Amino acid sequence: MAEVNLVEAVNMALARAMEEDDNVVVLGEDVGVNGGVFRATVGLLDRFGKERVMDTPLAESLIAGMSIGMAAMGLKPVAEIQFMGFIYPCVDQLVCHASRLRNRTRGRLGCPMVLRAPFGGGIHAPEHHSESTEAIFAHIPGLRVVIPSSPSRAYGLLLAAIRDPDPVIFLEPKRIYRLVRQEVPDDGTALPLDVCFTLREGTDLTLVTWGAMVHETLQAADALADQGISAEVIDVATVKPLDAESILISVEKTGRCVIVHEAARTAGMGAEIAARLCDEGLLSLMAPVKRVTGFDTVMPLPRSEHYYMPNVKRILKTCRELVDYA
Amino acid sequence: MTRIAEFAVEYIQFLDPAGKPTQDIPPHLAEAEAITPMYRLMALTRTFDAKAIALQRTGQLGTYASSLGQEAIGAAVGLAMRQDDVLVPSYREQAAQFARGVTLEELFLYWSGDERGSRYSGPQFDFPISIPIATQSCHAVGAAAAIKLRGEPRVVVEGCGDGATSKGDFYESLNLAGVWHLPVVFVVSNNQWAISVPRSRQSGAKTLAQKAFAGGFEGVQVDGNDPVAVRFAMDNALERARSGGGPTLVEAVTYRLQDHTTADDASRYRDAEEVETAKQSDPMIRTRRYLESLQAWGDEDEAALKEECGRRVQEAVEAYLATPPEPPEAMFDSLYAELPGALTGQRAEAIKENSDG
Repeated sequence: MAEVNLVEAVNMALARAMEEDDNVVVLGEDVGVNGGVFRATVGLLDRFGKERVMDTPLAESLIAGMSIGMAAMGLKPVAEIQFMGFIYPCVDQLVCHASRLRNRTRGRLGCPMVLRAPFGGGIHAPEHHSESTEAIFAHIPGLRVVIPSSPSRAYGLLLAAIRDPDPVIFLEPKRIYRLVRQEVPDDGTALPLDVCFTLREGTDLTLVTWGAMVHETLQAADALADQGISAEVIDVATVKPLDAESILISVEKTGRCVIVHEAARTAGMGAEIAARLCDEGLLSLMAPVKRVTGFDTVMPLPRSEHYYMPNVKRILKTCRELVDYA
Repeated sequence: MTRIAEFAVEYIQFLDPAGKPTQDIPPHLAEAEAITPMYRLMALTRTFDAKAIALQRTGQLGTYASSLGQEAIGAAVGLAMRQDDVLVPSYREQAAQFARGVTLEELFLYWSGDERGSRYSGPQFDFPISIPIATQSCHAVGAAAAIKLRGEPRVVVEGCGDGATSKGDFYESLNLAGVWHLPVVFVVSNNQWAISVPRSRQSGAKTLAQKAFAGGFEGVQVDGNDPVAVRFAMDNALERARSGGGPTLVEAVTYRLQDHTTADDASRYRDAEEVETAKQSDPMIRTRRYLESLQAWGDEDEAALKEECGRRVQEAVEAYLATPPEPPEAMFDSLYAELPGALTGQRAEAIKENSDG
């Protein structure tokens, strides 16, 4: 079995989904001949033809809106927005239509579409190419927001997203597109949506994270282990709807929780998780719930982005505070 | 200097405001069999419209957008379409929706603020009314792309107003329709007013039809108060789209005789005189006069039609008013195909909080 990186796993899942269902189509800017600027769609045009792998005009609202039209007609469009920084014209279509088409027709029409976009910082990309704004989408009722953190989860979660009968925003952490390679069997097995993945069990502290930050968080957990602190690491994976239950169960065991996300702090998903812990897990907590996040600043341009990005050191410092607290 | 491209917009009118033919009408459209169904649908729509406003004024319906004066467009568009075509409507296309099989009761329900009003029992692939302006243009081209991919002889018809033609979604959709040669017809009901902004301040373009040329296809302007003209343009556009000839834009020039919605007061921004003048071009008048000139319509027919429309609308009102609101959990039950576990608690909470106990 060949080892693949995350972007290759995305490609593999797209090909598998197109192979198994003629209704699956891929569209977006430069997804055809060019195979996508990150090569996520490479080879699909040759294999499935230009009828199903569509280079669209440069128009993001259109890409989201036409996907809605296709989905309502029974296709399963998987649209690529080249970078998350260009996804905002789609917000109108997502809030006003994709998220509510099923509800407002009381189930007569559905919207089985996937909107993929690479996101996040740390690759010294130009302005507008590094933000993490998953919370904007997580706030929209009727959507799913899914973020893989490894090649195997990219494959399994993307297949699940494409097969899902409702709209899914699938955000790919581009910093780890090529960071690690894993053996991923191309057997069409999807992973479940709407649930967290516990990557490591522990007893002293729960670290909750998603996307690229899973890697720093796991490194922090290794360093904590060296200090005799046992950290449980949870990859949220589906940030909306949030599987708060798994996080609550973990914190019931550990009594401490640190949430790590690259996105800005205020009204980020960490705030929601912390609120759920206060609401339903207060008596399990031995220490305050802490967040290690990006700052509430505009994402700095590449020369300064390292000031912004959460790192192992910041995670460790916060964990240490909690362990010392109680 | 070399002229490398030229564009011309044609204007089509067959019936003048008095119902007199301004040119020879193609035989299949000239006869009563072609006109009467449109006239009947226009009358039904107007009866519905008056009742909807009356219900709103008496607190029995929510905010409502009238189509008074624009019925010829919807009637001609809806009756020109085939059943398996797809309508992607804006909110002033009642006549087209009725022609498609959306029921009067469903539209009353919709405007009362009940999602079941968009669960059409008739046209299963027709889109629900789009409130955010021009957003539906993108859905129309997406649906048309799906049809083209499957090689089906179906056409998508998108409806919007003059204001919509200023929006990016409209231009983006025209652009795609042209470059992908999609089976779609854009029907712009140019009723002269986008709430308070007149057509003259909406666009510097001489016609809205000409916006099609930037997309690479034909735009035509028709007298939108002349059902024969609209029907003629739609028949051509639908045939072109169905036979692989690509999209068409039909700008139907009409006038919004009512306020924007029941929440609006048009006297704040336009002269009563202008509205009175526009009433002279009422599509119902010219259609009836033309039918009368064919000896195909008389006072008895008119009285019978009025009675029928009144009865049908009244039956729909009674059915709508007798429909109890949905229970609180309904807001959860069609949110996703299957309610995520994360929401079961909120669903139970909504039921409990809204129970009498």
